[in-house]
Amino acid sequence: MAQVTLIGNLRQFTGGETVLSVDAKNVRQLFAKLGALHPALAPHLEQGLAVAIDGQIYQDALFQEIGPDADVHILPQIAGG
Amino acid sequence: MQETVKKLTPEPEYKIIGTRPQRPDGVDKVTGRARFGADHNLPGQLTGLVLRSPHPHANIRSIDVSAAMALPGVKAIVTRDDFKDQGSEFVPAGEMLINYRDVVRNVMARERALYEGHAVAAVAALSPSIAKAALKLIKVDYEILPHVLDVDEAMAPGAPILHPGMITAGMDPAPKRESNVAKRVEFALGDVAKGFAAADVIVERHFETKSVHQGYIEPHACLATVAEDGQADIWVSTQGHWIVRAHCARLLGMDISKIRVTATEIGGGFGGKTVVYLEPLALALSRKAGKPVKMTMSRDEVFRATGPTSGAKMRIKIGATKDGRIVACDGELKYLAGAFQGSPVAPGCMCAFAPYDVDHVKIVGYDVVSNRPKVAAYRAPGGPISGYAVESVIDELASKLKLDPIAFRLKNAARQGTKAAYGPKFGPVGLVESLQAAQSHDHWKAPLKVNQGRGIAAGFWFNIGGETTVSIALNEDGTLVLMAGTPDIGGLRASLCMMAAEELGIGMDAIRVTIADTQSLGYNFLTGGSRSTFSSGMGVVEASRSIVKQVCERAAKLWELPTDAIEYVDGSVRPAGANAGKHPPMTLKQVAAMAGKTGGPIVGSSSINAHGAAPSFGVHLCDVEVDPETGRTTIIRYTVIQDAGRAIHPAYVEGQYQGGAVQGIGWALNEEYVYGTDGKLQNAGFLDYRIPVASDLPMIDTVIVEVPNPAHPYGVRGIGETPIVPPMGAIANAITHATGLRFQSLPMSPPKVLAAIDAARAVGDVNFKLKVA
Repeated sequence: MAQVTLIGNLRQFTGGETVLSVDAKNVRQLFAKLGALHPALAPHLEQGLAVAIDGQIYQDALFQEIGPDADVHILPQIAGG
Repeated sequence: MQETVKKLTPEPEYKIIGTRPQRPDGVDKVTGRARFGADHNLPGQLTGLVLRSPHPHANIRSIDVSAAMALPGVKAIVTRDDFKDQGSEFVPAGEMLINYRDVVRNVMARERALYEGHAVAAVAALSPSIAKAALKLIKVDYEILPHVLDVDEAMAPGAPILHPGMITAGMDPAPKRESNVAKRVEFALGDVAKGFAAADVIVERHFETKSVHQGYIEPHACLATVAEDGQADIWVSTQGHWIVRAHCARLLGMDISKIRVTATEIGGGFGGKTVVYLEPLALALSRKAGKPVKMTMSRDEVFRATGPTSGAKMRIKIGATKDGRIVACDGELKYLAGAFQGSPVAPGCMCAFAPYDVDHVKIVGYDVVSNRPKVAAYRAPGGPISGYAVESVIDELASKLKLDPIAFRLKNAARQGTKAAYGPKFGPVGLVESLQAAQSHDHWKAPLKVNQGRGIAAGFWFNIGGETTVSIALNEDGTLVLMAGTPDIGGLRASLCMMAAEELGIGMDAIRVTIADTQSLGYNFLTGGSRSTFSSGMGVVEASRSIVKQVCERAAKLWELPTDAIEYVDGSVRPAGANAGKHPPMTLKQVAAMAGKTGGPIVGSSSINAHGAAPSFGVHLCDVEVDPETGRTTIIRYTVIQDAGRAIHPAYVEGQYQGGAVQGIGWALNEEYVYGTDGKLQNAGFLDYRIPVASDLPMIDTVIVEVPNPAHPYGVRGIGETPIVPPMGAIANAITHATGLRFQSLPMSPPKVLAAIDAARAVGDVNFKLKVA
């Protein structure tokens, strides 16, 4: 299972939990499973977040593959100037 | 001679990548032919002008435009009543998440004017003089409210509230009382208390930076026209014309397909042209008047009504062991967002400690509204502010530990596998290589004279990819038209042309690059986040490879061979081996001439959401001389060293490095928004808002470090933002080493430095070391 770390303010929607093990093959499945586990988190997963999979940051990539032992971080989206 | 490009991996045998061909946009720019935002005109166009609030904070009781409308020559007036209110809804459109509730209020004030310069009405008239006269006839009944400008005052209990009912997000439990703090963010790693317990030396300091403007030379300008059938056109100086289209469609209730936006040549943006100001107004006026409307901001309006970046107050605390290992970092950042929420405090938090490998980190940020113009992105938004504070503390720690500041940074530098303070692990990054390049640079070893000091600082930016469409058409004569959708603000056309030429094995002269309008190409996210060469470059490579594939298929048909028996080499197709027959090579030109008869036009396209962007780290070296009698700081030598991944056109990369350094020099030494107690901006012009000019500066030397990004076909990283992150820290550290005094507030302008010199002399500060000749 992928180890998922929630970065920033997301912990307030998971009762303080920041590290979770989730069985998900891609980002879409990850969001669905996290949303089911923590319904308060679900609306915040829909936009404004990026997902780092083994160090590589993906933005708006619902079908990006997640390996079985991937190190996943969910963090705010990045933009720039 | 100092090496200027450090290649740290074996260089592939490129023919064009890494060379310095003449800039394709150069001739038009130096001859004046290039058409910027205000250079576009249509027959019968009207002049649009904006009436702006003279008050920093006021309820708008009523707006009476009847006298202005009655003025001969006035064709249309728009106010808040012409824009449908938008609910609070955050959508990913533009530079980052935006709330259309705020966007509609920023382009045209509704219940309140929230800053001096806030748009209250707009007029379209036959001439500028008539429009100006009409503005004077608009009667606005204001109820003046107390205002607040300072971040601490805005956060204090009892402060004037800008948005009644605003409750701070990100607090658990949520506060019960409204405030000007829109959001609290927190990033944490490990256990900072445990980390500080292991520290031998701890430095904790407070810092302040002021609001500074992006300072693009070309003011905002657009021309809009709405036809009788509702089809609209906008020509605008912007970093993202698909974003302009999205915002205008939303604010004016129009279908996206009815708005065509053309990005004009752009005279600087730096993040400040990722949002809309005039465009919805011009469109609304044109729709009302039935005529084209042209709007151009004055410099005064640019300063008063468009986004500067945040001013901030910060606390930074870092602990290290006596052998020079950083063990804990802690910080609190309070960023001014301007009149509406959305300061770059979150990326400021994420960037702050990113250059360092630290197990225990905690940083908290506050996004605070005040009666200033809403901030907009400015190169590496948020990063330079926190970077200045962190790099100042890092320098002080190195001094206290009696360590060389580069050696100290090298000992703690982030590298491949380091867990970034904001969570994920870094892939291949070039901070160590950049620090080593600084260490071996002759600048670092050069002697200094009396009253001179040398500073160093590191900096970081994430870089992004994003939605991108590119199209390349092979013309019947073998030349190509390349269409991209990310406005060229830093050499994009040249870089894309070079990547296509490299892929296709032809000369750059055969390829003409156009920034397409929104009707001519699929969606493109804006030019920002240092993404355009990375993302559009990926698209160009994919589209070029599609062209190659199609050309091989056409040759295969002609030669009656399987496609895999054809190879494409140096702009020609030929049989792939001895068994494939004896056909003479066909050039791209020959295949193009036959395209109609062999299957039709050959077009390669790419529509991607580009992933794989890689961070860029930079290191700046700066020498200053401080005048003990005036407090004036002169930059006497400056070197930028940064990992570019791979420099497609090194001269443009050097230009980005130099430009970032120069803007940072202005931010460090002179630039600031100065407000009176009346809440009005006092220096809304380049005479009083002092940006650096050529005579203020030495040649900015550059070293391009190349640690290729494995996720890009040519190893590209974004490079446009990182160069503005280190300058303030490097200059502050240099001034400290010249004077013996540490400056914790920007800008380090002559009056501020002189006051510190006088104070040091008065108390006999033993650290003070300036000498009067």
